[in-house]
Amino acid sequence: MRMAGRLARRPVVWVGAIFLALTFGMGGLAPHLGFLFRAGTRLVYTRASFPELVASHALLTGAASLIAIAIGLAAALFATRPAGRAYAATLDRLGALAQTFPPVAVLALAVPSLGYGALPTGFALVLYGVLPVMGAGMAGLRSVPAAVLEAADGTGFSPGTRLWRIELPLAAPILLAGVRTSVTIGIGTATIGSTVGALTLGSPIIDGLSGDNPAFVLQGTVLVALFAVTVDLAIGEAQRALPQRPN
Amino acid sequence: MRIPAGREPAPALRAGTDIDVLPLLISALALAALLLGGFVVVAPNRLLSGSPLSLWQAAGPGGAASLLAILGVIALLAARPALRLQRVLISLAAGALMLLSLALAGMAASEQAVAAGRLTRVSLGAGFWTLFVAGLLLLADGAEREPRRAGKALPLLATLLGLAALIASGRLAHLSLAREYAVRQQAYLDELLRHLQLTGAGLALALVAGGAIGLLAYRRPQRAGPVFAVLNIVQTIPSLALFALLIGPLTVLTGLFPALRQLGIAGIGPFPAILALGLYGLLPVARGVHAGLSAVPPAVVEAARGMGMTGGQIVRHTLIPLALPTLLQTLRLTLVQLIGLAVLAALIGAGGLGTFIFQGLGQTAADLVLLGALSAIALALIADTALRGLALFLLRRPAP
Repeated sequence: MRMAGRLARRPVVWVGAIFLALTFGMGGLAPHLGFLFRAGTRLVYTRASFPELVASHALLTGAASLIAIAIGLAAALFATRPAGRAYAATLDRLGALAQTFPPVAVLALAVPSLGYGALPTGFALVLYGVLPVMGAGMAGLRSVPAAVLEAADGTGFSPGTRLWRIELPLAAPILLAGVRTSVTIGIGTATIGSTVGALTLGSPIIDGLSGDNPAFVLQGTVLVALFAVTVDLAIGEAQRALPQRPN
Repeated sequence: MRIPAGREPAPALRAGTDIDVLPLLISALALAALLLGGFVVVAPNRLLSGSPLSLWQAAGPGGAASLLAILGVIALLAARPALRLQRVLISLAAGALMLLSLALAGMAASEQAVAAGRLTRVSLGAGFWTLFVAGLLLLADGAEREPRRAGKALPLLATLLGLAALIASGRLAHLSLAREYAVRQQAYLDELLRHLQLTGAGLALALVAGGAIGLLAYRRPQRAGPVFAVLNIVQTIPSLALFALLIGPLTVLTGLFPALRQLGIAGIGPFPAILALGLYGLLPVARGVHAGLSAVPPAVVEAARGMGMTGGQIVRHTLIPLALPTLLQTLRLTLVQLIGLAVLAALIGAGGLGTFIFQGLGQTAADLVLLGALSAIALALIADTALRGLALFLLRRPAP
């Protein structure tokens, strides 16, 4: 009982609960919001239900984030192994240069070759998702003290065992912070993806802005903001759950 | 003795020992893309999709040979690490690569316009873009690694000057991008100016408010945690939602107090866009100011106080000069981010370069999308380069 009480005080629980309640309740709530808007405003978004939008948004972000994390982690591992260390500075520079490019511009530029819809959005999501994971992965793996690595080598660990048992666990807190940034950026980029036709929580916002319907804009913004904050807080909880690294 | 992981300098940085892999890799990639993809794309009109022309077909044997020769020169230079001017020469060759491919594409467009009529659109193909981006990467890489300041600036300035001369000569006027610009010259300049105004106003807001918050968090460390937690949440909200989120409250506010409308406050338009940009810049600025000031050793501040400096003097003569590298980096990152975000302002009726992107997406007019998107990218790159240059000039050493 006391544990349940402590759990309920965690922000992720109540923000997540509000998010879920609104996701499934928005359809029923929307018709009663008429007093907020001009008379005659259409109140119920009909292109897709809100659970569908959330599912589509989560699927797109989740799939792209997994790919981005895999690529980013692989690049970070490569750049911190003896064979790839020569490329670390180059990868850093490419990352910094790519970060200069505005996401909306990249998204729009992908349309002529990839068409409208989820594909250009997924491309941009992966592109911008890789950078924080790669940066954090490199920083995390480099932060492992040389003495620890030498001790592992002295104990007779193979490079693979050393990586798995020593380096990755010690790099995990910094790495997870990179994943958190990556996923947050991903949720934001997926929202913008609705400007090129991807079905996400950005769709009611874009349809509302172009159709002069503040009700759709409000419903979309509130849900997507809650979604982003919930996911961010959830990864924050995972960060807290990691064993603290002694200094 | 083992060299600790990550402390070893990258071999490419050790002068005169290794072949530089990046230019080789980029030249090889550019060569492959040139052989596989179309150099330019010829379409019957603005909205139809076109068919690609290879470099050979578009530029003729002479043009193709000279481009390949530049790629060869870059590869040769990359294999000569002992050469004193290696970086500068590679960067200059990269600039030449960009300019020559642009000139060749422009000439191909002129020929097509004469041969196939005015409605024909010649746009830049995948092969061209690979060459152009390859040149850009090499320039960026060279500017970063060349130790001398003159060596950093010279290739960039030469390329920019060449680009200006190329545009002024009118050789690019038949490219679809230039024609898209020509029919809406005034609108383009207006939206570009609007983009700069939105970004500038948003940045000013972020610098003033974020700077104050950062200073406060530095002075009162016990308040820093909660303050940054709140700013973090703002940063977590998707940018599109942040722009749109302000529509509702501001509409209600102006409905209650119509006098506010005379001050330019409205649910859509520049006001909410600037507010959203300012909010988005708040966290990076506050965090940068806090980090920069916190990195100043307390002993230095104590010494300044011991010398009888007042609070303001300590800030002006001790804290700001010592925190300057971090502050300049914060300024650069925030400005670049806001330039990109200001594209979204067009969605809430505030104008800017996003206008062309979203118009083009709506009409499926790829050239119009390109005009807006490339301008935004160019603006971000220019801002980034200019502020790196400023940091270099003020600090007499490369930005971190």
